[in-house]
Amino acid sequence: MLKFTPKRRLTGGVRLPANKTESTGKSIRRGLIPPRLIVSTRQQRGPAAKPIVEIGQGVLRGETIARAEKSDGTDVHAPTSGKIIAIENYESPLLSKVALELCIVIETDGADLAIQKRGPIEFAATREDRIRQIASAGIVGLGGAAYSTAEKMRGEPQIDCKLLIINGAECEPYISCDDMLMRESPEQILDGAAILQQLVGAPECIIAIERDKPQAIDAITLAADKLDLDGLRIAELPSIYPSGGERQLVEVLAGVEVPSEKYPSDFGFLCQNVGTAYAVHRFFRDGEPLSSRVVTVTGAAVAEPRNVEAMIGTPIADLIDACGGYSREAARLIHGGSMMGFELSEDSLAVTKATNCVVAAAPDEVKSENREWPCIRCGECSMVCPARLQPQDLVIAARESNAQALTELALSECIECGCCDVVCPSHIPLTQEFRKAKPLVQSLEELQAFSDASDQRFRLHEERRQDATIAAERQRDHIKRALSHEERRAEEIRAAVQRARQRKSETDGS
Amino acid sequence: MTELGLIIIAAALVNNFVLVQFLGLCPLMGASRRLEGAVGMGLATGLVLTTASALSHLVENLILIPFGLGYLRLIAFILIIGAAVQLTELLLSRFSPLLHRVLGLYIPLIASNCAVLGVALLNSTASRSLLAAIFYGAGAALGFGLVLSLLAGLRERLELADIPAPFRGNAIALITAGILSLAFLGFTGFARL
Amino acid sequence: MLTGIIILVGLATGLSALLVIVARLLGGSNSSAADAIENLLPRIQCAQCGYPGCRPYAEAIASNSADINRCPPGGAETIRALAELLGRDPMPLDDSLGQASMQKSALIEESICIGCNRCAEVCPVDAIAGVPQRMHTIITSHCTGCELCLPPCPVDCISMVSRSA
Repeated sequence: MLKFTPKRRLTGGVRLPANKTESTGKSIRRGLIPPRLIVSTRQQRGPAAKPIVEIGQGVLRGETIARAEKSDGTDVHAPTSGKIIAIENYESPLLSKVALELCIVIETDGADLAIQKRGPIEFAATREDRIRQIASAGIVGLGGAAYSTAEKMRGEPQIDCKLLIINGAECEPYISCDDMLMRESPEQILDGAAILQQLVGAPECIIAIERDKPQAIDAITLAADKLDLDGLRIAELPSIYPSGGERQLVEVLAGVEVPSEKYPSDFGFLCQNVGTAYAVHRFFRDGEPLSSRVVTVTGAAVAEPRNVEAMIGTPIADLIDACGGYSREAARLIHGGSMMGFELSEDSLAVTKATNCVVAAAPDEVKSENREWPCIRCGECSMVCPARLQPQDLVIAARESNAQALTELALSECIECGCCDVVCPSHIPLTQEFRKAKPLVQSLEELQAFSDASDQRFRLHEERRQDATIAAERQRDHIKRALSHEERRAEEIRAAVQRARQRKSETDGS
Repeated sequence: MTELGLIIIAAALVNNFVLVQFLGLCPLMGASRRLEGAVGMGLATGLVLTTASALSHLVENLILIPFGLGYLRLIAFILIIGAAVQLTELLLSRFSPLLHRVLGLYIPLIASNCAVLGVALLNSTASRSLLAAIFYGAGAALGFGLVLSLLAGLRERLELADIPAPFRGNAIALITAGILSLAFLGFTGFARL
Repeated sequence: MLTGIIILVGLATGLSALLVIVARLLGGSNSSAADAIENLLPRIQCAQCGYPGCRPYAEAIASNSADINRCPPGGAETIRALAELLGRDPMPLDDSLGQASMQKSALIEESICIGCNRCAEVCPVDAIAGVPQRMHTIITSHCTGCELCLPPCPVDCISMVSRSA
């Protein structure tokens, strides 16, 4: 398979200790069926799906249990067979926070019966129909951001997709689910990539993998040679965080900087995670909708860290049990990796399609809370920022709530990767401040738009008023002239009558 | 030609009027709070300096000295500087009312800027030619504008820093100006005027 | 000594003449400080500053007869921007002027409206839709909360309600 040389080096970024070898020692544990599944109806960034089952109803694996109400939603399916025992609100981890969502609770029966003899799904006729098929399969981006894949593929209809990027970079520490998936199922991933490539009509496809995953690179290369795929190339990236970010990949591979208010699809690039490509393959070739995903279970507080193919809705406690349980008291439970992950308060929360990793951190693994010191203006933060921002100036503006300065300094370009936090010698919580300040920029932009529009309306109003005044004056002049004309006529008539009378009296007199 | 170039460098850097000869400190502290104001002030003073040095040279050599009235130099220069300042103010209010508004009171104060009178008198004592006098004035203006902009940039940053209470405001600005002055002493000996 | 006096007086007169000529030649300026100031204001013509519109307020600031902290809709952001432009220190918003008007919107009780059109004529941003003798309604997304439509209404059918979110 052809190798692709990246066009650019990643701007900024930090090299982090990977902490991945603990969880890549064993193969992916499959076949875990927990006694209860708590499946959230919101499995994507966007609207939740509406449940179409009732309490007490029996469901089979692959059966749709919640349907998307709008075209930008995705369906949710039962990961295994069982009975619906509850449909109520539970705390669910998605999109950088835990929120209360309507969840469907399934009591599993262990038989794992599928809804029908599954086989290949025929491609629909038109591109739009095929995209809808993907939404009905419940496929969302499995890199952690959980965008509806169908919606992403729709993108800008006028812009042709010129490059499909399959993201196997997995740059964040602790997470190794993509690595293991590439090692164990490379052919399925590449088949899924080929399906995606054909669906969007992209002439080129590049699979990007970080250099610290040699087994994955070998597996993919071997599979690509076996499958003999045209237009597919592999790009090896240096192991720098955050080279796996979508915009970073587009910049490094294609040399194009996508501004924050636009999307890569506006420029003809589509980026999909290897897990998503795998899900596409599973749906179109095996008829299996997306109802499970590989989750890395790691951390020093887990006895046997490994990757688990978990059904959506598996409580995290069951996941950890499947990995030997807790070896010690966990100081912190993190959903995601060590950079962009967020804290969970308990392990009864269930896996969603955005759960790529669960880290049960032991007390000595967690960095102690450091006291914040004043900024010494060393500039390290701006050197590592992948978005080329100036965090040292941004944090001052953020703390002053100076929305004007934040807009000038382009806060909206911040991808919240956390590189600046890592290098700051004064331990200033930069990313947290930026996250808090982003709504300020938003409201300033809205106010600016409202001001401009009001100004426009005011000027039109003034113009109309002036026109009306001018028209009224002209009318007045017209009437005045008409009146004076009338008067003059009356005057002339009077004069003529006078003259006539005079003449008459003269002729009478003489 | 090189002589003129050396005059500019000497007037701007080596014998910088603000930081080395310590003239014109009032507008330095007053107009260096914001960068736009500082640049505007530098330009305005520059205009005054160049016209004033040219005019004062002409008046001295064409009118005062032939009539033996060299001793009226000072009064004549003040008149000319006042007129130059007024001219600058007229031009500013016509072409950039915003800058005029921002600089406000400091425009008429250019007349009392000892750097301006200093340039005129130094030209006179050194008996320079007209061209050399103009270049000297331009160089002085360049140096003045440069220092003002530098200090304004620094003061904008200083505002955001965590300064101990006794030093806040003009105190830290003066200390900074002093350190800048030390830096400019590094140009000594580069060009002799 | 006499020559000295004559020379100096002549110099003064000559310079003054020069200045007068230049002043005449230059004339007035096209733009003004008020333009730059006005661009920084919200321009929603709410008149909360006490001036009948954003332009009069901008001109008042330019001529130094008004402070820069009189605009509640603009809030701290506008004060900071104005301070930045004019090279001054920002100051807190004048409390006596009340809350920003944009948080409210006007609402017409349609059943009472008699279609006299007086409110629509007065609205500075044309946020009232309606023709004479027909019912009128407020275009909420355009309304700036300036309350100028409330006094002219003869049947008192307009009220101010707070905007949600």
